[in-house]
Amino acid sequence: MPLLECGRIVRDSWQKLADDAALPSAPCIVSLSRLQQDESVRTAPHLRLGVALPVDQPAEVLARYLDRLSLVAVNFPTFRDGRGFTQAHSLRERLAFRHEIRATGNILPDQYAFLLRCGVTTVEMQDGADPEAWQKAADHFGFGYQPSVLKEPILAGLRRTIRLGVPPNT
Amino acid sequence: MRANATLPVGTYGYQPVDLAFLNDRVAQFREQVARRLSGDLSEDEFKPLRLMNGLYLQLHAYMLRVAIPYGVLSAAQLRRLAKIARIYDRGYGHFTTRQNIQFNWIKLEEAPDILAELAEVGMHAIQTSGNCIRNITSDEFAGAAADELLDPRVHAEILRQWSTLHPEFSFLPRKFKFAISGSPHDRVAARFHDIGLIAKPGADGAVGFEVFAGGGLGRTPAIGIRLREWLPEHELLAYMEAILRVYNAYGRRDNLYKARLKILVQALGRDAFAEKVEAEFAAIPKERYRLGPEIVDAIRARFGKPHFDATVDAQASLSDRRRRDPAFDLWVQTNCHPHRAAGYISVVLSLKPIAGIPGDASAMQMDAIADLAERFSSGEIRVTHLQNLVLGHVRQDELYTLWQALGPLGLAAPNRGLITDIVCCPGLDYCALANARSIPIAQRISERFADVELQQQIGPLRINISGCINACGHHHNADIGILGVDKKGEEFFQLTLGGCGEEDAAIGQILGTALPESEAVNVISRVIDTYLARRVPNERFRDTYQRLGATFFKEAAYAAA
Repeated sequence: MPLLECGRIVRDSWQKLADDAALPSAPCIVSLSRLQQDESVRTAPHLRLGVALPVDQPAEVLARYLDRLSLVAVNFPTFRDGRGFTQAHSLRERLAFRHEIRATGNILPDQYAFLLRCGVTTVEMQDGADPEAWQKAADHFGFGYQPSVLKEPILAGLRRTIRLGVPPNT
Repeated sequence: MRANATLPVGTYGYQPVDLAFLNDRVAQFREQVARRLSGDLSEDEFKPLRLMNGLYLQLHAYMLRVAIPYGVLSAAQLRRLAKIARIYDRGYGHFTTRQNIQFNWIKLEEAPDILAELAEVGMHAIQTSGNCIRNITSDEFAGAAADELLDPRVHAEILRQWSTLHPEFSFLPRKFKFAISGSPHDRVAARFHDIGLIAKPGADGAVGFEVFAGGGLGRTPAIGIRLREWLPEHELLAYMEAILRVYNAYGRRDNLYKARLKILVQALGRDAFAEKVEAEFAAIPKERYRLGPEIVDAIRARFGKPHFDATVDAQASLSDRRRRDPAFDLWVQTNCHPHRAAGYISVVLSLKPIAGIPGDASAMQMDAIADLAERFSSGEIRVTHLQNLVLGHVRQDELYTLWQALGPLGLAAPNRGLITDIVCCPGLDYCALANARSIPIAQRISERFADVELQQQIGPLRINISGCINACGHHHNADIGILGVDKKGEEFFQLTLGGCGEEDAAIGQILGTALPESEAVNVISRVIDTYLARRVPNERFRDTYQRLGATFFKEAAYAAA
């Protein structure tokens, strides 16, 4: 599936690893249960490791593993289910996670700016999706009225400039 | 008294950047509508997008719900609503229990044009539906009431801005409703909202909030729990973030009817829920969310203030008029509310004429009210959660002239808070969810109790009608609640007694079996007869009901049925 980053399609160097598959040397995304139960995953030297955070788990379950993780994938079973926004937000703000947060599942372009402001960096798009439409949707608003996890210059009152595609404010 | 030329009184004056934001939003929605009309978006995909712009698909047409933040409108805004009613609807609008207005006959392809019309006067329909933070409601006498400790509207505006297109909280398990009051006399039903706030002053000019959470009506009425006795102003946004974050993470999403915050609070229990909120709050970087006085002041500076210039004899002039005209005196006594400033008074314009449709106003009435607001009340109009309008700051010596102007407009019914001041949802005449029509039974009750003297004799009494269990008519917290139900395709009405939405909040109890419309009206008549016959002097309905008990009322009411 095409991977969106900063409004462009980028190469996806990650592979999802089945729970019973042997550890590869290439970067891989494992399930939470494998991360928790399989110590060899956590101790594998030089392995770039990511985890798929189940939608019904708080980000805090990853707290003890975060220094071992280079990617966390949050999932949207439907675009109406907004738990992934809170998971991403908590990873950035509460747990100070600095690496890639990837949004997967059923997401609309109209949610792209929300995702970015919650700390998501990449989005797994459906095949054939148009990255321009996503960027256009995200660029609709020049400022927001609430703090986000991005570095956003504060304007008068509650306003701050929205600058998408900047590094997270950690 | 004349309105400030530059800033609207009692509400936030948009700056060019805020208007640009609304225009961006209109452009975004115009594009979304185009994608829907061309088939790029399925109805399933379009639905949450249109709902976040207040557009519902109802029985006969699209319905557009326009936000009226904390219920305050400028004259220019009300005129624009009149224009929309005239051009895009059928010449009227319906004011709701959440201080919004609904237009019932909207065409999808015209919706972006309507939003553009609204944006020109600093209005929108953002988040008036959908599973997000809805319009922030407040006290209809805010900034005017003699009993108020603090005008809550600046903080209502802060909450409105903070919740607008909130990146984290726009796809919640279910809708989320705030109410905020600044008076110890709760006129906003704070304990019946997802979050209810009572703003109050502390020592040394400090501002703080009493915080309630987990209240609501609907299928499972619940009275909110108190989370904080005193939340300091600078922590307001951080604390709201904490509550919303706990709700977004843990609220149920498997069952639409168990998804509101109240269900989470009940499932976890009061203490466990409060603990989760406090733990989340403790982890929030306070500086990032700090609501400093400079922010509050910057937003307060965008509020126009009424100019008070009443002369010392204003009060005497009013007393004199009241002595000479009993009809005027009755109206003042019933429809006016004491003002904090000497020589002023707040006035309720009843949208409940006998046998009318509760909460409806015609384009002609809206234009006329806008004119009257400019002439008599600093150009400011308020919508009440009981579906009436208020002119907040009227000089007492001008009240008689105002009253004379209201009569011919059909806006001078002396029934505020009385039995014909009925709260009513649109019901099956419009709504796709309804089981029964709520407007006709409201009209029948209004006709039954039309006599002004009888209404006065009965005294303060609230009847609320909902056309289905979703309870948009707030039937649970009325003295007499009426719920429309479907019995094998027939419309029936279930009555509840003894509810209350104020400080001594209570949920009404079911009286007996549901009845067809005409019998339900007869039973209500007998309930009222029983109350009149058995009350002790000055006893409120709910107190008589408590004293005599549900069984007593049931037997009396159903005796001849």
